[in-house]
Amino acid sequence: MDLFGIPAPLLFGQLLLGLINGAFYALLSLGLAVIFGMLNVINFTHGAQFMMGAFVAWMLLNWLGIGYWGALILAPIIVGITGIILERLMIAKLYKLDHLYGLLLTFGLGLIIEGLFRNEFGSSGLPYRIPAELTGAWDLGFMFMPVYRGWVVVVAFVMCLATWLVIEKTKIGSYLRAATENPALVQAFGINVPRMMTLTYGAGVALAAFAGVLAAPIYSVNPQMGSNLIIIVFAVVVIGGMGSILGSVLTGFGLGVIEGLTKVFYPEASSTVIFVVMAIVLLARPAGLFGRS
Amino acid sequence: MTRIERRALLGTAAAAAVALPGRRARAQAANTIRIGVLNDQSGPYRDLSGPYGVQCTLQAVQEFGNRGFNVEVVNADHQNRPDVGVNIARQWYDQGVDMIIDVPTSSVGLAVNNVAREKNKAYVNTGSATSDLTGAQCSPNTVHWMYDTYMLAKSTGGAMVRAGGDSWFFITADYAFGHALERDTGNFVRAAGGRVLGSVRYPFPATSDFSSFLIQAQAARPKVIGFANAGADTINSIKQAAEFGVTRRGIKLAALLMFLPDVHAIGLETAQGLVLTESFYWDLNDRTRALTQRLQPRLRDQVPNMASVANYSGTLHYLKAIADMGVAASKVSGVEVINRMKAMPCDDDAFGPGIIRADGRKLCPSYLFEVKSPRESRGRWDYYKLVQTTPAEEAFRPLGEGGCSLVRS
Repeated sequence: MDLFGIPAPLLFGQLLLGLINGAFYALLSLGLAVIFGMLNVINFTHGAQFMMGAFVAWMLLNWLGIGYWGALILAPIIVGITGIILERLMIAKLYKLDHLYGLLLTFGLGLIIEGLFRNEFGSSGLPYRIPAELTGAWDLGFMFMPVYRGWVVVVAFVMCLATWLVIEKTKIGSYLRAATENPALVQAFGINVPRMMTLTYGAGVALAAFAGVLAAPIYSVNPQMGSNLIIIVFAVVVIGGMGSILGSVLTGFGLGVIEGLTKVFYPEASSTVIFVVMAIVLLARPAGLFGRS
Repeated sequence: MTRIERRALLGTAAAAAVALPGRRARAQAANTIRIGVLNDQSGPYRDLSGPYGVQCTLQAVQEFGNRGFNVEVVNADHQNRPDVGVNIARQWYDQGVDMIIDVPTSSVGLAVNNVAREKNKAYVNTGSATSDLTGAQCSPNTVHWMYDTYMLAKSTGGAMVRAGGDSWFFITADYAFGHALERDTGNFVRAAGGRVLGSVRYPFPATSDFSSFLIQAQAARPKVIGFANAGADTINSIKQAAEFGVTRRGIKLAALLMFLPDVHAIGLETAQGLVLTESFYWDLNDRTRALTQRLQPRLRDQVPNMASVANYSGTLHYLKAIADMGVAASKVSGVEVINRMKAMPCDDDAFGPGIIRADGRKLCPSYLFEVKSPRESRGRWDYYKLVQTTPAEEAFRPLGEGGCSLVRS
């Protein structure tokens, strides 16, 4: 059976692969959206922090003998703490200024971090193996589906859902949302807003690092692994609507699928299709698909 | 971006070259050969040459010693972008750089080729793979060192076809290098009676997930999937092919261009059994081992690979030609320098004896290696078994077949 001139099994395979890549976009854009929503900072260091997550997983394994499962918990905490330090020392000083300053600072920081890792570890990357529990593959008939990729989709989806629940349905989440609207008033109720902002940044960074650990066994762990992604993820956030959590998650998965289909029909354009979508969305709905103007 | 590393090789006179006023400074400049190492220092090809290529160039300068003129080495990052590469090359040549070396990424390599010709300067390309550099786009100002897509296609592609891999699907980096490698390999496959079932071209350098292309390749049911890419792309392709069980379905993988650092990054567990072609391996013979030992302090924990070591070889031969013709004469015309390089036989510890042909192709043997299994490997960087050697005269495209205008005239 053919659909649009492509054998149906091949098309299903591509949709599934698109969903897997979409899982990474969703996880990363989620962190970006959380940080932007609460702190009004466009965190361009996000790609570098994703990369740090993968490297910390590698270091934990090779220097301390801590495997994948430990890294999945420890790496986000470690990278999250570096994020907190960064926020306290530098980013916090820019809250009152235009977005552009935060963007420039975090973009520069991202380049510096990437350069430091490249100097130390080179550019061709380090091997990181898929954990034994998740090796192997399922034969789905239309394609060979590695167990690990299935795990990535499930865990990314759960993580996105959990983050959304925390922000929309819990008391802490309501403080956060309130502090975004009117920080002075929330502070007047006795809530330490600056500390909340710091922790929010740390959590956003930890999400990036979590995605980095997930990515480590699939891609080679190399310093530039985040720089390709960050631009795409930024486009995802813009399309979804700056600061909209649900928007960035749905857009992440959706654009992964669109990109996957482009890889079949017109592979040469697969790196640009997301930006074409972004341009169209910006023209039709400047606030993004799920954004409030 | 540009770090200048000076090597004053004229003893005491040159050692005082801090700020020489007036005529003496000009005399000093006239007696200095400037070499520009232009390569990728921050992207997917960095580890193949990058800072190591710069160190290998400096090693050649050091070993060449003091023969009556100064040698200065500058370097820059072209970021794999032709516009950046052309700007730097133009600026360097205008500011007195006499020769540019390295220049990986074929799109950049071809662009700089035009600049060298326009400025009548010398250009020793040791990084780009496209065989067009000595074919349709050959230039009297250019020498192409160590490898090209034809040589890779003939050695790796030929071996795969002989082993029964007669139907191919290509996963190709969508720029000059990928196109040339796919074209040259496809020609060998068809000439041997095989078929090319299709290809998919992916955007370079913005792709890190190859699963979609691997599934498309699988669906075409080829016997061989040929990766017409390099560096981090090849690493990701092979890792993900293993993840998606491509080889378990009886499909063979042809890494048409793979370097030692790539094998290191993939790990022997996944890379074992792959065949690949290089023109240099550090553990090939006594001369390569001796050179590796000399380079060790400069390369820290790395060993030289064919790309970085070609800078050593190319620089050494260039400097010999300069010593032969004199600095003053060399400054007049880049074509004359290249002609002198072609007239002199080459010999060094990296590639052994060799010659440079009229079309600018430097000849050296090509070696087909198989990647060792973790059990066979006796230690760090012990990765290759030599399978087959193609002698220098047979390794590259025959002189008359490239369509180079220098040959016809």
